[in-house]
Amino acid sequence: MTALLELEDVEARYGPVHVLHGISLAVDEGTVVTVLGPNGAGKTTTLRAISGTVRRSGSIRFAGGSLNRVGPDGVARLGIAHVPEGRGTFSELTVSENLRLGAYTRRGSIQPELDRVFSYFPWLSERRRQQAGTLSGGEQQMLALARAFVLRPRLLLLDEPSLGLAPVLVAELFRIVGELNEKEGLTVLVVEQNAHLALQAAAAGYVLEAGRVVLSGSTAELQADDAVRRSYLGY
Amino acid sequence: MRGRIAALVSLAVVAAVLCVLPFLISDYNLSLAARVGVFFIAVLGLDILTGYTGQISIGHGAFMAIGGYTTAVMSRDHHTNLVVTMLVAFAICFVVGFLVGLPALRLSGAYLALVTFALAVSVPLLPLKWSSFLGGRDGVQTSHEVSNLWLYVVAWAASAILFVLAWLILRGRVGRAFRAVRDSEIAAVASGIELPVYKTLAFGISAAYAGVAGSLFVLANNGFAAPDEFAIVLSLQILIGAAVAGLGSLWGVLAGAAFVGLLPSVSSSVPVIGSAHGQDVVFGAAVILVMLVLPDGFAGLLARIRRLARA
Amino acid sequence: MVTAATSRIEGLRNGAAVPVVSLVLIACATGLLVGSLRSATFAQLTVQGLALGAVYGILALALVLVYRATRVINFAQGELAMATTYIAYQLIQWGLSYWEAFAATLAIALVLGTVLELTLIRPVLHRSAIAAVIVTVGLFVLIDGIVNWIWGGDFKSMPSPFGTKIYHVGGVSISRLYIGMFVVVIIAALLVWVLFRFTKLGLGMRAAALRPAEAALVGVRVDWMLAVGWGLAALLGAVAGLMAEPSQFFLEPTLMQPILVYAFAAAVLGGLDSPAGALIGGLAIGVSLNLVVQYVPAISSELQEPFAFAVIIGVLLLKPSGLFGHREVRRV
Repeated sequence: MTALLELEDVEARYGPVHVLHGISLAVDEGTVVTVLGPNGAGKTTTLRAISGTVRRSGSIRFAGGSLNRVGPDGVARLGIAHVPEGRGTFSELTVSENLRLGAYTRRGSIQPELDRVFSYFPWLSERRRQQAGTLSGGEQQMLALARAFVLRPRLLLLDEPSLGLAPVLVAELFRIVGELNEKEGLTVLVVEQNAHLALQAAAAGYVLEAGRVVLSGSTAELQADDAVRRSYLGY
Repeated sequence: MRGRIAALVSLAVVAAVLCVLPFLISDYNLSLAARVGVFFIAVLGLDILTGYTGQISIGHGAFMAIGGYTTAVMSRDHHTNLVVTMLVAFAICFVVGFLVGLPALRLSGAYLALVTFALAVSVPLLPLKWSSFLGGRDGVQTSHEVSNLWLYVVAWAASAILFVLAWLILRGRVGRAFRAVRDSEIAAVASGIELPVYKTLAFGISAAYAGVAGSLFVLANNGFAAPDEFAIVLSLQILIGAAVAGLGSLWGVLAGAAFVGLLPSVSSSVPVIGSAHGQDVVFGAAVILVMLVLPDGFAGLLARIRRLARA
Repeated sequence: MVTAATSRIEGLRNGAAVPVVSLVLIACATGLLVGSLRSATFAQLTVQGLALGAVYGILALALVLVYRATRVINFAQGELAMATTYIAYQLIQWGLSYWEAFAATLAIALVLGTVLELTLIRPVLHRSAIAAVIVTVGLFVLIDGIVNWIWGGDFKSMPSPFGTKIYHVGGVSISRLYIGMFVVVIIAALLVWVLFRFTKLGLGMRAAALRPAEAALVGVRVDWMLAVGWGLAALLGAVAGLMAEPSQFFLEPTLMQPILVYAFAAAVLGGLDSPAGALIGGLAIGVSLNLVVQYVPAISSELQEPFAFAVIIGVLLLKPSGLFGHREVRRV
């Protein structure tokens, strides 16, 4: 099975500061893959490298084509939805407008997409006219997710979705992601601090430290690994 | 050490050229050179403000107007020595600039630019209101006029004095504070620098310089001060001069002053362009080009060259 | 990054401020109505003030659009508006009817504004904000020079779009011109509102202006959106110039210079990031200028611009974000 997303020797920097020192990873279509690691390891930067929001070099291939010269808006048009750290919702706009933005790259009527999304998040449909900034943190995260789904992406990039969320909501969020993965074959690359949850939801994972991949494998392998258990799973 | 020597040498060269120039060029060109001197002072003042505190002002024409009118009125009513009027203009504009600096404290970039723009448009109109004292539309005339040579000597002597003054201020504690404010206001506050004082001070000094420039400007204009002479274009020219100059370089300020002082006259001698409006077209286009190519102005160019030379 | 907590507070704070401001405005409007009923002069001045204020407001709207999109104050907005008015004049000289020229000019302005942003502003914007301002200043001088060069500085006459009819309502003379100015501006403003609220392009433009990074992630071509923002602003400026000209009776190069100052005052008053604020601010400035000049002896008509300046200073001292604005104005 050829991977939907392939990174080879990707380096990235913020100005003079190099954060990624040659990351290679692959995500097969229809799977959920997670990226673990401590703070500052470069997890978020990896996602940014994929969506083109940071200076990077190395090879990034998506669905057979190169992403190297593609900027963030091009990435979205290719069907990659990036839900960044901090959610990326527009607090000043309404829920409905946020969702409409999610479908920005689509032509024609987006009502079927909206209906689909409301079926996963029924409570959103009642809050359509509410200003996104007045939603709670958890609700905004759900909104960010919903907005990504409206695009009907091929690949979903999730950056620390559990950050600042109550456990109940986090569980719900991962449940929905899992459902979309099973029902619609959505491919997901999720960066998570909460290794427990991530390894439960994913099929495979990569562990990053200081800008390099130090470990990779199926979740079973990772869960069995001593180093992972000690550092990230707490036992 | 090398930097020091280079700086002193360049200063000596400039001084030498200035001393020799009057003997070499025509009277008309002397008046142009004097004009450059006037703009040098104004641009230097604005450079101090923007360069060292990051605040932008599009209103320095207003301070020039105040300075210019001070000279004109004092000369007309009391036949005061013209150099003395320049000192008075310096003082008055320092105070006014300081007062303007007070509300300016609370504003950032775009808003400050707006306020100073409005200032530049409004202040020159005030004489229309108090026309008995300030001459209204007909303006004010000094009691006697000066020769181009006088203008040249006084303008560049003043430039030299004010340049040295600026250097003294900026190398000391005040200068360090200025630079701290420019680089990071938050850091500056954190290290205990009383922002309000230094920002207002910068405004005052900058305005004072513009005031002196204004006095000379009026004298260069046959001693005539009137609202139309201080239209918004003047403030724009000074701003442009400062932008072309870039920050923190003597040569930059010279380049900026020369750009603003000479370009209009030079372009008027080119055939097609000729008219006054052709000059504006050239000037406007030149400004835009300079900003596109050298956003950090002449000083930025010099810095780049220095860096290349070092590497 | 705005956390949920602060954005919630922002939402609440804005919610509290708007009703207060609206009450104040309603009180002022009532005052104007009462005054108009009692004095014919007052009524005429108010009507004229509203018409002129509408023009200030639409130019202020242009300034606000540009500021929201690119965080740049376009000092050349007025001159650009003046230049497009001259283009209309020329089109009429070449045989087009007034309204044909009007439509063509708006289209030309749209293109011109977009091109200007793409060629002159965008390259500079990345390097330095101050440099972008200087470019607009250079544009001010350049456009002024070009117009004077091509058409000369003498007064030109343009046909009046609304005729010279004057209506008499209860002792008050209301010129059709003022009604026309007001209506055209309101229509333009409404169309802009519809664009932003209901179209995909408008949504993209708002997103690009609010949060460019997040907008790019959903596929918005942020750079294009900003350019179109400038184009739209130039279009609105053209409307302002075309409506301003008949009120000044002649077309000449300094047409928009005082109006730019009033538009700045209106934009600051309304809040530099509030389109509605710009329009309301414009109306407020227009009416107050007229009334103040008439009823306050100390302020004669030459002092209108200093008055506008005083408004700017006053607003920035008292309520820096203006009547309807949100953004932080102050520094540390």
